[in-house]
Amino acid sequence: MADKTITLIITRQDSPDSSPYEETFKVPYRENMNVISALMEIRRNPVNANGENTTPVFWEMNCLEEVCGACSMVINGQAKQSCATLIDQLEQPIRLEPMSTFPVVRDLAVDRSRMFDSLKKVKAWIPIDGTYDLGPGPRMPEKKRQWAYELSKCMTCGVCLEACPNVNSNSDFIGPAALSQVRLFNAHPTGQMNKGERLEALMEDGGIHGCGNSQNCVQVCPKGIPLTTSIAAMNRDTNIQAFKNFFGSDHVY
Amino acid sequence: MAENRDFFYRRLHSLLGVIPIGVFLIQHLLVNHFAVYGRESFEQAAGFIHDLPFRIVLEFVVIYIPILFHAILGVYIVFTVKYNNRRYSFFRNIMFTLQRVSGIITLIFIAWHVWETRIAIGLGNAELNYSLMENILTQPFMFWFYIIGVVSTTFHFANGLWSFLVTWGFTITPRSQRVATYATLVVFLIVTYIGVRAIFAFAYGA
Repeated sequence: MADKTITLIITRQDSPDSSPYEETFKVPYRENMNVISALMEIRRNPVNANGENTTPVFWEMNCLEEVCGACSMVINGQAKQSCATLIDQLEQPIRLEPMSTFPVVRDLAVDRSRMFDSLKKVKAWIPIDGTYDLGPGPRMPEKKRQWAYELSKCMTCGVCLEACPNVNSNSDFIGPAALSQVRLFNAHPTGQMNKGERLEALMEDGGIHGCGNSQNCVQVCPKGIPLTTSIAAMNRDTNIQAFKNFFGSDHVY
Repeated sequence: MAENRDFFYRRLHSLLGVIPIGVFLIQHLLVNHFAVYGRESFEQAAGFIHDLPFRIVLEFVVIYIPILFHAILGVYIVFTVKYNNRRYSFFRNIMFTLQRVSGIITLIFIAWHVWETRIAIGLGNAELNYSLMENILTQPFMFWFYIIGVVSTTFHFANGLWSFLVTWGFTITPRSQRVATYATLVVFLIVTYIGVRAIFAFAYGA
């Protein structure tokens, strides 16, 4: 086994403004390797397949157990977490690229701050602060909590945005992740007190209407979040909100 | 121009595709289907539609303005997409792309079809009768152009009906969306049959 190697072809980029290039690496094989351990091997010995010294490949990682979303990259054409992707399950040579929807910081690391901005835009939190103690909030049925937990698994990893044909530089579509978060926070007994505000945010330019129902998001989501169900549910809610705004009530909450 | 109008325009785009454009499409193909029962039968049915009161108003409100709006916004939508069917070859993603491709084919077809029939009649270069269509559809090229155009239109309508149901929040669960896929497939087959059958009647006689 000692001489068995794995080949990685990595799309690299030295800085946000420089142009990308490919570099090939050969890494000694060990059992049960994931993509990150192969990258760590390159970092330990930054020599490319031609035997030339090079800079170590840069990537982001955090939890190493598929809950933080930081290590997302395009592996053999599919956006995935590099921590949860095992070398044994990949065809060789393994091609690693940064996710193309986001601006590249360096090599495989991308800037996902647009996702954080989206969460701020749709107010993906529950306001509980007051000028006095507001006391305990309303209780949530256990079954609903279990259902909401599935939606709360979103780690803003960006894989759904990468797979979505409508999220690109020609469009301002917010993407599936934030739409599903609106459903999560609007379902919460305290969160629903700000339901209207979140729906209004989805009706602004770049909002929910940018969805073209390609449904790639739900297929690729590493956490199995029912994103297209969330989008359809938010379609219904934003429509009702739009009718309310136009015909109905004189207050939006 | 006011800000944040996109939501309204996109919802209007989805609505217009079904009402009135989808309804008109079915009506139009049903009237054409009278060709199957013979020359007089078609001319009587087409004559009835032609002699409807306030026809020019009906044409603009039900047909021209909605289709023009749907087409212009549609072309914009088609060109703001980064297609990725090779990487993600899921069924819905293929339908997503086909919806956009069929939209463009349908637009080209409708433009030519309106030029050749309604505008030609309006300019006095043609008369509304069975022979007009017979003369067009007995040319092999035009026959296939019409077959492709009609199938593309009915596909765009049926698949658009599916996404209409999602966009308006009727089908939310995966199961209901799956059932809607089959239901719109049946719609596609029926409407396509009606449309194509009429083309065959014009081309090969009733």
